[in-house]
Amino acid sequence: MARKITIEPVTRVEGHGKVTIHLDDEGRVSQARFHVVEFRGFERFVQRRPYWEIPVLVQRLCGICPVSHHLAGAKAMDIIAGVPPEKLTSTAEKIRRLMHYGQMLQSHALHFFHLASPDLLFGFDADPAVRNIIGVAKFHRELAVHGIILRKFGQEIIKATAGKRIHGTGAIPGGVNKSLTQEERDYFLKSPAPYNIDTIIDWAQEAIEIFKKLHQENKEVLDTFAAFPSNHLSLVRKDGALDFYHGVLRAVDAEGRKILNDVDYQDYLKYVGEEVRPWSYMKFPYLKKLGKGKGWYRVGPIARLNTCDYIPSPRAQQEFEIYKAYTGGKPNNMTLHSHWARLIELLHAAEVIKDLLNDKDISGGKLVKKGKKQLEGVGLIEAPRGTLFHHYRINKDDQVVMANLIVSTTNNNEAYNQAVRWVADKYISEKPEVTEGMLNRVEVAIRAYDPCLSCATHALGQMPLQVDLYDDRGQLLDRKRK
Amino acid sequence: MPEKLKFSIDGREGLADQGMTIYEAARVIGVYIPVLCHYEGLKPVGSCRICSILVNGRWLASCTQPLSEGMVIENNTPQVIEYRRAIIEMLLAEGNHFCPACEKSGNCELQALAYRYGIMVPRFPYQFPQRQIEAYPGFLLDHNRCVQCQRCVRAIQTEDGQKIFAMKNRSKDVRVNVDRKLAAKLSPDQIQKAMDICPVGAILKKEVGFLRPIGQRKYDRQPIGSEIEGKK
Ligand code: SF4
Ligand code: FES
Repeated sequence: MARKITIEPVTRVEGHGKVTIHLDDEGRVSQARFHVVEFRGFERFVQRRPYWEIPVLVQRLCGICPVSHHLAGAKAMDIIAGVPPEKLTSTAEKIRRLMHYGQMLQSHALHFFHLASPDLLFGFDADPAVRNIIGVAKFHRELAVHGIILRKFGQEIIKATAGKRIHGTGAIPGGVNKSLTQEERDYFLKSPAPYNIDTIIDWAQEAIEIFKKLHQENKEVLDTFAAFPSNHLSLVRKDGALDFYHGVLRAVDAEGRKILNDVDYQDYLKYVGEEVRPWSYMKFPYLKKLGKGKGWYRVGPIARLNTCDYIPSPRAQQEFEIYKAYTGGKPNNMTLHSHWARLIELLHAAEVIKDLLNDKDISGGKLVKKGKKQLEGVGLIEAPRGTLFHHYRINKDDQVVMANLIVSTTNNNEAYNQAVRWVADKYISEKPEVTEGMLNRVEVAIRAYDPCLSCATHALGQMPLQVDLYDDRGQLLDRKRK
Repeated sequence: MPEKLKFSIDGREGLADQGMTIYEAARVIGVYIPVLCHYEGLKPVGSCRICSILVNGRWLASCTQPLSEGMVIENNTPQVIEYRRAIIEMLLAEGNHFCPACEKSGNCELQALAYRYGIMVPRFPYQFPQRQIEAYPGFLLDHNRCVQCQRCVRAIQTEDGQKIFAMKNRSKDVRVNVDRKLAAKLSPDQIQKAMDICPVGAILKKEVGFLRPIGQRKYDRQPIGSEIEGKK
């Protein structure tokens, strides 16, 4: 008798994910799927809106990383306003970069310290009552405090550049609306510890050490859990360096061979296709060169450290070398190493923030430029969770008539399914019922990719999940909740 | 020299020139009465009723009602406040006011009034009307946000005195109508003036927006009305 197991979050409606696992007559997994209700209706929502409203409007898509949408929208609107990236004033470019790296800092800190560390510190099967940020606060107090302050620091950077911690207005087509005063810079550079950037850098470094220690102790799990080969995609700086704000598109395969060789993202449609599968609201992007079956890829911290050649800041570069050495310079396909990669990025973000704060350009006065208007523009950015695509067309009256977005979580769509499938194969097959351990592992596998679903960050990092077990006639056999 | 008129607002006594409206007289003694359709220098039309006050149990629009000798005016009483709140809430529910993405946010009088009167959610059901955004040379007119105050109708004219904005239809279908031919004659400065005079974000000058950072916008620091209250 074929059975269908459904795992779905129960306490949130919008942006929720759901996992279904289909078992065949013999109790083996025949199919595992991760369903996401995507941002449907968005394309209509922006219809006829004036283009200069887009950066502020689209960040409302997401309360988790609004800055990414704000900046990707602004980058697309730069093109429309006739101000391509190289024409932005250096003040505008650096202010936006500061905002974005602040966002990276706060988002990565949130993910590691609040959401992921409980799994890593207490183990996947620990009591959920302990396996959360409260547990971390109780048993690893210092770590929890670091997490909170790192995050707050990133949020303050966002506030200084965008006007508000969330949903600010800093970036406008062709530039920004404010720069930083000397006092604002000094606040971040010279405040008493821990509220200065040097402490933040040290703490980011310490977080990497914590991960490395955990790795030593749990090598087997961290190296194999939900690991699978894949292609990887991200922006890289023109010279191949890691860059979160701008660059060219690069994709490599599981062995490190280049699939996309540093192409201009204005032409992304030439390289990336989006497949619609009838069972999912979320599309499945793929590299056209490899086609629908083989062209899926991962984005995010793992992918970025697989595509880039080096990291342009000294301490993060040192860590990058250790990280790369572990796989002999080859791409890293180990899902749980995304936590490691994320922390190296956290350190890099902190180092870049320091450089920018010391750069007098961020106090400059020339904020906005204007150029010859274009009717179409594409903006890409490396959001905390991976490459984010924004594409718009306007009419001659400045109104948006077409919008296409590929968000990081969508880019990782197939990776989620692969990860869930891996867990299902390993822990759910052969067993007659749904155990707590399986549930926990599905959650851990999904969380490694830090999906931008409200459910994923809900309830102090614990995903509310429900497992329904059906027989082949749709009859409910078993239900488990967490 | 005509004699001054004596009046009181919420127990506060004052003197004001004959011929003044109640709204103007209140200003003289540093009392703020909110206005929305009224705008300094334009002929008042008394259409929005946000400036309503109570005199002897009668509701009067203070922007049009002349002051008379010995008037005893209720302005900041629970009853009047509640009346104004209801008007603001009706306006919010009647249009599509999505403040978070509006470039007028922080400079918008309707939003500022909502903040001043502590409105979180309107008590009336949102109407979500289907309205257009119209494009004209140099500006867009977003009917979703228009509160039909007629400020633009009264304030904006071509150099030779022709009106560009007018009202059409009646009752709930009333809309601003733009003379497309004349609108083409507006200079960038006139468009800016139209945008500034519009209390909400209905008139949008093309190609620019969000120039003023959060923290430096008109109502970021002080609630609407403080400029009048601060004077006394
Ligand atoms: S467009 Fe603005 S100024 Fe004109 S009537 Fe509407 S709200 Fe008033
Ligand atoms: S301000 Fe008096 S009626 Fe509108």
